[in-house]
Amino acid sequence: MLSFDFMRHALVAGTFISIICGMMGVFVIARGMSFLTHTLAEIGFAGAAFGLFIGWPALNGMLLFTVLSSAMVGQLGVRSARRENVISAVSALFLGLGILFIALSDKSATSATSILFGSVIGISLSEVWQVVILSIVVAVVTLLMYRQLKFDSFDSVGARVNGINGAIISIVFLIMLALSVSVAAQIVGSLLIFILLTLPAASARYFVHSVSSMIALSIGFAVAGTWLGITLGYLTNWPTSFFIATIEVIFYLIGLIWYKRS
Amino acid sequence: MSHLTASYGPVNIIKDLSFKLAQGEFLSIIGENGVGKTTLVRSLLGILKPRAGKIDFADNSIAHNIGYVPQSRNLDEEYPITVRDFVSLNLRDSKLPWLSPNEKAKVTSILKQTDLMKIANRPLGQASGGEKQRAYLAQALLNSPKLLILDESTASLDVEMKQELLKLVVKFQKENQTSVIFITHDLPLARRYSDSYLLMTKQQEYTTGPINRLVISESEKV
Ligand SMILES: Nc1ncnc2c1ncn2[C@@H]1O[C@H](COP(=O)(O)OP(=O)(O)OP(=O)(O)O)[C@@H](O)[C@H]1O
Ligand SMILES: [Mg+2]
Repeated sequence: MLSFDFMRHALVAGTFISIICGMMGVFVIARGMSFLTHTLAEIGFAGAAFGLFIGWPALNGMLLFTVLSSAMVGQLGVRSARRENVISAVSALFLGLGILFIALSDKSATSATSILFGSVIGISLSEVWQVVILSIVVAVVTLLMYRQLKFDSFDSVGARVNGINGAIISIVFLIMLALSVSVAAQIVGSLLIFILLTLPAASARYFVHSVSSMIALSIGFAVAGTWLGITLGYLTNWPTSFFIATIEVIFYLIGLIWYKRS
Repeated sequence: MSHLTASYGPVNIIKDLSFKLAQGEFLSIIGENGVGKTTLVRSLLGILKPRAGKIDFADNSIAHNIGYVPQSRNLDEEYPITVRDFVSLNLRDSKLPWLSPNEKAKVTSILKQTDLMKIANRPLGQASGGEKQRAYLAQALLNSPKLLILDESTASLDVEMKQELLKLVVKFQKENQTSVIFITHDLPLARRYSDSYLLMTKQQEYTTGPINRLVISESEKV
């Protein structure tokens, strides 16, 4: 199967995406931002639809919308943006916009499906490059602020009294999250973003109890799910997202059982 | 510290407060809820800028190395990371994602001093109240602060645990010549472990002196 270009592209992009999602997920959960991540994905959907409408690649539209909105959330303050009613209103607005853009662009329904549910098989070489570069940016920025981000995410009270500037960390993190959401949507689609961005990290928490090992295991779960999912998708012709989702849920359930037993 | 006035918005919470703290001294701050004890600490830490007056540190390095155990922490039972990892969060001299052998040794040493080695690899969420307080203390002590501030760290502990925690603090204080500010509502505890006191009242009157001179009148509940 590796003799096909499209499979090689899918695997390379999938690997990079899984690595950053596995890493970011640990912080997303620690910061209590799962819900916000989901909203960001819906905003990404509107962005992709907008891209479709004006003839851009979906990824660019997503990047535009998610990065702009995360900068806005950063200004608003994450705390107020985390309130559920604010989030619901924002979700509603952007999902509505997304539907409008799709209707206005005369593309077929399949483009909408691939935005919502992902289509890693069929990703072009230039898109692979874009994914790889964005992933490297996210990884480098996160590693540069790793200690502060870790302190702020796992003990915000302690971080504050030790002079860490939480506002800056929050904004930078949100922008990195926006980039991660946009690239992750290339594989699993914007509707299923949490399959890669929160589930692997949530599972890892059941098995290990240090930040570094949680990140390692979470990346492991994400990568394993993606590889298996892409392979099974190729063999069966069923949607990759379906397999990745199922595999990640299985990891999660195993974690849950493991945790309950110990 | 002289003539400190600190406020949130237009309201002065602390008005014209002066006191001195010597190196290695153990000061207890006593006062009813809401008199501004935590506000005073926030001013000391530089989180809150004083409206008037100033805080003088004998040496500027003190201001940048204050160990503070905050009044409340938002960690629940599900809190996933280990005691060791939690304490390590305060290692910030390096930017590298991994810990150097030196840093690991520093963490181990502080875990030993705070009697946490036995549970170092257990999730902090599963630790008892006393163990949690010791972990908070260990995190605050990690960078060998010249000034340690405890904001009601003993409030949720039973009598025995309170004594344990303060014994650890006093041991560290004596060994490192650390100054300690201990905020508490527990007078016997303050009398037993501190050198001096600062009494704050709702009327914004402040008295200070050696702890054996502390007299609390009937009308003053603390
Ligand atoms: N961030 C804030 N903004 C506005 N007012 C505040 C803020 N924090 C505290 N206050 C007010 O300042 C006053 C003093 O609060 P502070 O927390 O310093 O009291 P305290 O002496 O520490 O009380 P306690 O014993 O309950 O901890 C209170 O009236 C409180 O409502
Ligand atoms: Mg207080």
